[in-house]
This record gives sequence, C-alpha cells and structure tokens, in this order.
Amino acid sequence: MEYENAIELRHVTKRFGSVVANSDISLTVRKGEILSILGENGSGKTTLMNMLSGIYSPDEGSILIRGKEAVIRSPKDSFALGIGMIHQHFKLIPVLSAAENIILGLPGAQRLNMALLTQEIGALAETYGFELNPAQKIYNMSVSQKQTVEIVKVLYRGAEVLILDEPTAVLTPQETQKLFDVLRNMKRAGKSIIIITHKLREVLELSDRVAVLRKGAYIGTVETAEASASSLTEMMVGERISLDICRDEPQTPEKRIEMRGVTCRDKEGVAVLKDVSFTAYGGEILGIAGIAGSGQKELLESIAGLQETENGEILYFSPEGTVEKLSGMKSSEISNLHISLAFVPEDRLGMGLVGSMDLTDNMMLRSYQESRGFFADRKKPRKLAMDIVEQLAVATPGVDTPVRRLSGGNVQKVLLGREIASNPTVLLVAYPVRGLDINSSYTIYHLLNEQKKKGVAVICVGEDLDVLLELCDRIMVLAGGKVTGTADARTITKEEVGLMMSDSGRRALGHG
Amino acid sequence: MELILIFLQKAIAQGICILFGASGEIITEKSGNLNLGIPGIMYMGGIGGLMGAFFYEQSTAEPVGLVGLLISMLATLLISALGGLIFSFLTVSLRANQNVVGLALTTFGIGFGNFFGGSISKLAGGVGQISVAVTADAYRAKIPGLSQIPVVGDLLFSYGFLTYLSVAIAILLTFLLKRTRKGLNLRAVGESPATADAAGISVAAYKYVSTVAGAAVAGLGGLYFVMEYLGGTWTNNGFGDRGWLAIALVILSIWNPARAIWGSFLFGGLYILYIYLPGLTRATQELCGMLPYVVTIVVLIFTSRRNNLESQPPASLGEAYFREDR
Repeated sequence: MEYENAIELRHVTKRFGSVVANSDISLTVRKGEILSILGENGSGKTTLMNMLSGIYSPDEGSILIRGKEAVIRSPKDSFALGIGMIHQHFKLIPVLSAAENIILGLPGAQRLNMALLTQEIGALAETYGFELNPAQKIYNMSVSQKQTVEIVKVLYRGAEVLILDEPTAVLTPQETQKLFDVLRNMKRAGKSIIIITHKLREVLELSDRVAVLRKGAYIGTVETAEASASSLTEMMVGERISLDICRDEPQTPEKRIEMRGVTCRDKEGVAVLKDVSFTAYGGEILGIAGIAGSGQKELLESIAGLQETENGEILYFSPEGTVEKLSGMKSSEISNLHISLAFVPEDRLGMGLVGSMDLTDNMMLRSYQESRGFFADRKKPRKLAMDIVEQLAVATPGVDTPVRRLSGGNVQKVLLGREIASNPTVLLVAYPVRGLDINSSYTIYHLLNEQKKKGVAVICVGEDLDVLLELCDRIMVLAGGKVTGTADARTITKEEVGLMMSDSGRRALGHG
Repeated sequence: MELILIFLQKAIAQGICILFGASGEIITEKSGNLNLGIPGIMYMGGIGGLMGAFFYEQSTAEPVGLVGLLISMLATLLISALGGLIFSFLTVSLRANQNVVGLALTTFGIGFGNFFGGSISKLAGGVGQISVAVTADAYRAKIPGLSQIPVVGDLLFSYGFLTYLSVAIAILLTFLLKRTRKGLNLRAVGESPATADAAGISVAAYKYVSTVAGAAVAGLGGLYFVMEYLGGTWTNNGFGDRGWLAIALVILSIWNPARAIWGSFLFGGLYILYIYLPGLTRATQELCGMLPYVVTIVVLIFTSRRNNLESQPPASLGEAYFREDR
C-alpha cells in the first residue's frame, strides 16, 4: 500500500486532571524522514510520544497510522502497529546478552536456538551499520552500546517508526555522530524517525523537519533547511530570550580546595578516580565536564567525606588562613567547615532531601544538631523554609507540603536554597539544572553566580556543555576517572571539551 | 568399604528431600518471589500425601500400592500448590511483604503438618501407629534387576522412583530456564519485572505459575520424607530443618537446579556425618550439624567476592512489582 504519512495526529488533546499536557496537536510524520520534536521541559513532547507508544491514550482527536485510523491502548498495540520507542532510561536486563534482551517476550519456537538468533540479529544490525555483538552481556556494555541494543530491539520487532527520547543525552560527541549515521541509514531504508530533543545543533544537523511544541501547544513544523538556531529558539520559547548567562570575572580568587593525586575505588574495587589533582578557588565557578559516570560523583563525594580515598590528599584552605586536611575527616566534621554538597541525582530526591518529609523537616536535616537539649527546634527551620520559598519563588502550597509533591525545579530550588543558607565557603553542586526548564535554570545560575560573588568556591558538575561553557570560569574534564584537561571556559571550544571527554569513551567501547 | 557405601546411600537419601525443596525454590526465586514458606509447604506436602494414603488404605480392605501412590502424590501436589497459591495471592496480588508472608506460611505449614499428623495418629490408635505400609512399599520399590548389581546397584539403583524423579526435575528445570523462551521470560521477570512488562510479558502470570509449580515440587520433598524415608508414618517435627537446608541449597547451587543435585548430596552427607564420625560428644555432634550452613556461608562469601552478575540472586528478588503510570 502506498502512503506518504507514516503517522498523522489530528487534533490530539490530553489532560491530566485540570492540567492540559497536549492541546489540539496536529502533526504528520512522513515515511522515510527524520522529524525532530523540539520543546522546552514540560512542553508536552514526552506526553505526546507516550500516546504513540501506548502508555497514554488521547482524550480527544485521532491518530492515523499509515493512513488508517488506529487505536493504541497499550505498548503491545503500539508494537503491532510498527511503532518502537527508545526511552531515555534503557529497559534492558544486565545479566542477559544483547540477543536475549532483543528477543525477550517475543513469540516463536519454545526451544531457543541462540546461535541462529544471534546470527539473525547480527545480520540485521549490519544492514544499518550498527556495531553490535549480540552475544555480549549488557553489563559489559557502554551506554552507547546499550542504546544500540535498544534500537536494534525495536527494529527486530519490525518497527517502521522509531521514536527516540533524548538519545544523545548520554553520548559523547563522537558517539553521537555514529548514532546519527545509523539513523540516516535507517531513513534511507524507508523508516520514519522521530527524535525528541532540546539540543538545537543536533536538530539542525540531523532532521528533515522540525515540529515545535510550547507549553503543550503545537506551534508549527518547519523544514530544517529553512530554519536557524535563533528562529527555532524563538518558536520554542515564544519570545527571544538571551541565552547569555551573566558571568563576572572572578574577584581576587583565593585557594580553597586542593586535591593532590587522589585515587578512589568503588565497592567493586574498580578505580573510579585515578590520580586526580586540581585546585578550586573562592570566587570562581569550576565546572566539571565528562560523560555520565566518569567519576564526577566520586570527586564531589570525596571532598564531602562521603567517599573513601585511597591515596593522595585533599586540603582545605579556610578564609582565616588555616589549612585542614579533609581526607580522613568525617563528613560531619567537613560540613562544619562550611563545605556544602548539593547533589541532584537523576531521581532528584535520592540524596539531600527526603521526599516524604515536608520542607521544614528537610531544613532540619541540616540544622537539628545545632539545637541543644532533648527536643528539636522547629521554629528556625520553619522560618528558613519560608524564606527560601519566598526568595526563590518556590511553587508550593506551603512549607508543610511533602517535598515529593513538588515539581523537579522546585525541589532543586529547595535543596540549593538550604545548602546556601548554611553560608558555605565551598559549594559542591551536581547537575543543578537537570530536568529544569529555561526559567528555573536561570534562577539556579543566578544563585550560583551570587555565591561566586560572595567569594564561595563553587564546583559544579554539569552535563550540558553549552551551559558549563557559559556559566563557569574554568572547566575541568574527567574521562574514565582521570583529569584529561583543565581550561579557561571563556576560550575553549565545545569540540575541544568533547574530545577530552571521549578519551575513555573510546576505550570503554572496547571492541576491536 | 561397606560403611562408606552405606554413608553414601544415606547421604543421597537425605539429599533428595532437600533437592526437591531447592528445585522448587529456585524456579520460584527466578520469578523474583522469595518464598520462605517452603519449609512449611514441605510439611504440608508431606502430611497431605500421608493423609491421602492413610484414608485410602483405611477405606478399602485390600489397598493397591499403585493407587495409594497416585492418590498420595496427587494430594501432596494439590496441598503444596495451595501453599504456593496463598503465597502468590498475598505477595503478587495484594503486594504483601514476601518475607513476612513466607515466614508466616512456614509457621503455619509446620503447625498444619503437626496438627493433622497428630489427628490421624489419634485415628490410627496412638502416636507412631500410623502406617500406610502398602503405599510406602510402592514408593520404596527398587528397580528390579539393576539394584541387584553389587556396589553400583547399591549406590545408584537402590532407591525408590522419587529419587530419580527429583534428579529428572532438576535437570528439566535447568533446561527450561536456560534453553527455552518461557525460561528466558521467567528469568527476565525475576531480574526486572518492569522490563519484562514493557516487553509484553505478563509478570503476574509468570510469578503465579512459577511460585505455585515451585511449591508443588517442594511439596514432593515432604512426600519423599514420609513415604520413602520414614516408610509411611509421621512424627511431629520429624522433618526438622530440612526445609531451611533447601533454601540454603538454593544459594549453594547459585540458582541452578542441576547444580543443586550434587549440592543436595553434599548437604545430605554433611547432615548425617556426625553419625559416622567416631568419638563425637554430644556437643561436637551439634557442631557437626552446623556444617551445611557453614558451607553455605562460605559459598556466599565466595560468590559475593567473585562479584559476577551471573552468580548473584535475581535482581528483583523479594520485591513486589507495581506497574506505575509512568
């Protein structure tokens, strides 16, 4: 059957309670094209795609697949219609091989002939130019290899339409290029590809057309050839927002933290930091770049005393001029020195805040030791919580609301607000703007800049290179637990940082 | 020589109950369900089979061994499967805590066994008076011919059919887990139910089926104990801690039923070693009884140090699965 549009959405609306996540969206995906769906966080991209993959069903409107109206009630229906979604968090089982993961749940002969299946999958991967060893176990794979498995999995299931949710978030620039190459091969083979992203450069490089969403509404689709970064940004944010993050020159930087040749191992005995040395100064923001899992977490935790170091030493130079040796101190002693750690993990609440406790109680987590006597003092923490809500414009019904009910951006504001309230001299933050929309991100940048102005040494681990390059004064790159370079953020280019990041990326791939 | 032969025979005999229990627990655990009710379920299976045979032999003047065998086996399978069903319903459908349910089920199962054991003892005329000799003889029937071969026959062919069944089940389950699609799906459910769910596998169905089937297999261990080992009678708490040994054996065999076969013989040997070691005092006998557990702990230390994922328990073991909206 001839058809032009692989998918057509007509007036699709989805509501969650009183919140409209998608309102009256009509868009088409052609056969054999790469369509980018661009939008800020909370613009409804993922909700829209979840309707195609059967996780939600639309309240209004209709979905046409290959010209025929379709009802998608479950992921199974979606599979059957040839739609495959590759989620940001891979759904793979580490202890099984790639091939086993790929055939999981599929019908077929009861007796498994792994040799034959492996061959079949290998051949399929080869047609599109994937590098994949189907017999390899998932736990031996790098992130990009796992992504390959996910993509081959949906292709093996006969997907004609592939939806990729932020596929490049975890890849090095080099791996991203490789991914783009196979996506182009798939396009040539007549598959339709939808990419959800907020990285403009990639949109412009890869896609044929771009559909833009803003606050749940469909703004329009443009041919990529006719678009530019600024025109797309304008469509995405509605009005022209200066992307410049204000950055002052550091004022009289003073040495605060010095790490000398620190090595640490994870609980499996693998070295996660290898002979790391660097210096952080008060009054500047030091950015730490690197692909996820290069030792960023361990670096911060070793300073905060949460991670045992094997050799080397970490020195703290206090504003009063004394020198303390942090390595070997307890984390509580370190936090008494006003060294503050605000780590925002993927689930946002994992460390730092307790989801089921309200704002006041979360403030008390830091201050309960200050009050003497048997009973805890709730008044001061409550006041602090109220101040933070007011100053940082935290959207919450009140300070008695469990933190878990707050949205991501607000949780991050609460966490950072609390850390800053303790008047740190060293502030360690990881992924401070993870998952936040542009406006919340700027609030956080502003907070960090204020701390810098106060003379605080800020060490910021980030994932978005553009932000790191604009926010930080210096950038240090970690790859595979090693420092592969430190540079002035004002002069280094993104490509240079990318190259430093991928040093271990290539090695981790490990295939010959 | 004679003594060693007897020791080996007895070790295998001891091992079989444990092997049934371990095989059942392994397929249960492969689905992510940690059924600590297995020791109780083995009691239930044992008394169920005994009651089936007892009432059959009471009701007819000339009981036939094969009929008694079938009735008792069916009763065992049903009643132990019921134990697995209770566990599945509480933990999968109602999402109760698996440890709590399992331990409660063990307490219940032991009480269940002792209560009905006591009841039919009374019917039979007193403690130790239960006898289902005809059925038990059917269970104890050796392989004709082969068992007459000296030494080899004694060592390999001098057991009732349940012994061979237990080994066959263990090998079959290993094949099922490793070489079939259903087995792959089951392993996926135990490793990551969310992933299995996304792949279109019915998590609840796999958990129910493997837990109920696992309980039924484990129940056969209890049946073996009352029929072949005791010869068709009951003593309260006679089954002892063999159920817990079965659970320890799951760890020793690193979740592989085929490996549990020799593991069960090892456990069986260690379990009765004290009888064959000369010059043990009462206290050193007790120390000797500790050996299977010591071995398990040593294995645990080694596997956790070796730290490869294949020798770890199923990743979702003991956790309830909620399909979340997102």
